[in-house]
Amino acid sequence: MLLEPHTSQFADGRRLLRPYVAQAKGIAVASKGIVALSQEQETDWSALMLAVRDGRDRAAFALLFRHFAPRVKSYLMKSGASAAQAEECAQDVMTTLWQKAGMFDPARASVSTWIFTIARNRMIDMVRRDRRPDPEPAPWDRDAEPDQAEVYAAAEESRALTAALADLPEKQRSLIQRAFYGDLSHSEIALETGLPLGTIKSRIRLALDRLRARLSES
Amino acid sequence: MKMNIRHHLNDALLMSYAAGSLPEAFGLVVAAHVSLCDDCRARLESFEALGGALVEAEPGAEMGEAALAQVMARLDGTGESQPARAPRKAGILPAPVATYVGGDLDSVKWKPIGMGVRQAILPTSRRATARLLYIPAGQAVPDHGHRGTELTLVLHGAFRDATDRFGPGDLEIADEDLQHTPVAEDGADCICLAATDAPLRFAGLVPRLLQPLFRI
Repeated sequence: MLLEPHTSQFADGRRLLRPYVAQAKGIAVASKGIVALSQEQETDWSALMLAVRDGRDRAAFALLFRHFAPRVKSYLMKSGASAAQAEECAQDVMTTLWQKAGMFDPARASVSTWIFTIARNRMIDMVRRDRRPDPEPAPWDRDAEPDQAEVYAAAEESRALTAALADLPEKQRSLIQRAFYGDLSHSEIALETGLPLGTIKSRIRLALDRLRARLSES
Repeated sequence: MKMNIRHHLNDALLMSYAAGSLPEAFGLVVAAHVSLCDDCRARLESFEALGGALVEAEPGAEMGEAALAQVMARLDGTGESQPARAPRKAGILPAPVATYVGGDLDSVKWKPIGMGVRQAILPTSRRATARLLYIPAGQAVPDHGHRGTELTLVLHGAFRDATDRFGPGDLEIADEDLQHTPVAEDGADCICLAATDAPLRFAGLVPRLLQPLFRI
């Protein structure tokens, strides 16, 4: 099943979230129906992030930290950071999450996507020692209040993408992963796997096509 | 202004930009095109979502025992930072380019490189070079090939080469196999943003001698 909940992945978060939801006043949005995802019994990271953004909720922050900090750390290590660098940087990324919470917009990006962009920008500074010019913000980025339907659609898309990725054959997933954030160029991947460069490129294209096909099915 | 863009970024460039592995000069061309092109902006956002999904799928590396407590303690001293003011475009220069130039087209410090063609190198890391090119209407840029990749984004006017016509917002991706002579269309001078990761290879002798001098 494409959209089957990834129970093992979310087990901890769910256990933590239940008592949290019971006590929290921070998740005001729950009453407005955004937390529709909880029907799927997954932790609604967006709702926690909104509790940080709108309520400066430290308990919600701690839950986000426990889930995302270790993931950010391993992402950074795969991108070429040492364990010590990655640890420090993951802490910085999570601090930035608190400081820039006001910029989080659940209609535009899931929490994992937003955290990824923060971590990536720190990684470019720290590991690549380079800069990444940003595009001009889209005019619609300045919209004040996101539509609830957009918020829901963005969360749905993010879940579908995670599911489609999990559904790819291991070889294709690892190829996308390495092409995406390994510090390897296509030619270095070719060197390591012994596959000719043209083959690598077409396999990455194939993996992306497959991912797209899975997404359009869902 | 709505542009009729026909030549877009490819998956490899968008993915590398989303992943953060492009040299600054290429990143600048990608950022400039995305500023002009809603399609590529949407594709970029889906590659960033892919980055988010990959992070979500990470097994995770254990954080130090005191990490959460340390960060929680740090939160006390940190308020909410105000977002920096978003850069704006300046005339025909998309916001990221205007940032590098420090203003609009009048602020560009052009240097002539022969035959009426002018260029201005933008300050980026040395892994690749970004430049603005000014090609008078009807003028050809000397015949050249590339050792690496060359990205050319049209900001004003249009040029043609053996492959096609490129108008405002269009991006040409040239690799080492392409030996081309871009010609600015009659009627309007052509202004482009170009990035190269290796020196251009000119077919004629004189431009080659001048290469080190002009960093082209």
